[in-house]
Amino acid sequence: MIYLQLFLSFLQIGLFSIGGGYAAMPLIQNQVVQKTGWLTMREFTDLITIAEMTPGPMAVNSATFVGIRIAGIPGAIVATLGCILPSCLILSFLFWIYQRYKNVSALQQILSSLRPAVVALIAAAGFSILRTVVFGGESAAFSHIDWIGLSLFLAAFLALRKFRCNPILTMLLCGGACLAVQLF
Amino acid sequence: MHTTSKYNILSKLFFTMLSISAVTFGGGFVIVTFMKRKFVDEFHWMDEEEMLDLTALAQSSPGAIAVNAAILVGWKMAGFVGMLAAVLGTILPPISILSVISFFYRMFAANPYVALMLRGMQAGVAAVILDVVCTLASGIWKRKRPVELLLMVVAFVATFFFHINVIYIILSAAGVGIILGLVSHRKEKRQK
Repeated sequence: MIYLQLFLSFLQIGLFSIGGGYAAMPLIQNQVVQKTGWLTMREFTDLITIAEMTPGPMAVNSATFVGIRIAGIPGAIVATLGCILPSCLILSFLFWIYQRYKNVSALQQILSSLRPAVVALIAAAGFSILRTVVFGGESAAFSHIDWIGLSLFLAAFLALRKFRCNPILTMLLCGGACLAVQLF
Repeated sequence: MHTTSKYNILSKLFFTMLSISAVTFGGGFVIVTFMKRKFVDEFHWMDEEEMLDLTALAQSSPGAIAVNAAILVGWKMAGFVGMLAAVLGTILPPISILSVISFFYRMFAANPYVALMLRGMQAGVAAVILDVVCTLASGIWKRKRPVELLLMVVAFVATFFFHINVIYIILSAAGVGIILGLVSHRKEKRQK
């Protein structure tokens, strides 16, 4: 029954992640960390790190990663199918409508209200990853702060925001810096 | 003759999506740009405006933008089989890459050096995500529409502090969008 669970979880992720890219992240967190406990918050953060470093949509990457860890290769296939099935059905229908009416503005009106909510959801997922980095999964107290993680975050944020550094390069540098600081 | 040309289109669809999907980092918009370069500029399968429409559709629908765009282009060029070829091409590279990584993940994560690297990179990921959030949120701020700002704040508080299910938040926001759409539609009608 694990296959059915995987399929249904990723079906929901595929169905409700609107706006692409990071929009899938809060849903994946909700399904695989909070609801099912398939991944810990640390593993989820690792998954996002890996998905960021590799090509391909985050939802497909996560489906493969979670599927394999829970039920091997068949699990990965079932989870991936679940996450792209809603797209296939909905987009096929929309394509048919588009061919008839060539009008996409009605859809975009709904989208303009969805966008702020999606931004908020991405922000919430980002902050929960930041919380794992800074407090290492412990309760949010001053004595639990991981100062190396916090300073790496601030440095990386500044590099991205002010100097428009390449995201993948920035992440690799953070990894290298963390290794260097702990070793020496 | 007809079968060869259809076969030709299918293999072009599959291999183009495969090669684009294997090398593009950084989410749906990047991949759509590459698709435009191939399908519009190189193959002349459609004009720019149609590609923009398809992008808008891909972006406003549920699911990954890359997969959505592949579905639309596939349908347009070769119907149902075209869709299958394009989608398969798009998802094969991430599935294979992530499969390999997942198998080694336990080993990777158990290695103390890799674990340290990953911990540092997590700080980087948090920065990358919150940087994107700043850009997106300032885009919404600039529109100066109180309803959208309110939606953003309420949605954030509801998920981050009250752990309300993400799906309910998306459904409620869509509901607000539909109501607003109906209201503005009525106003327009009255003005006419």
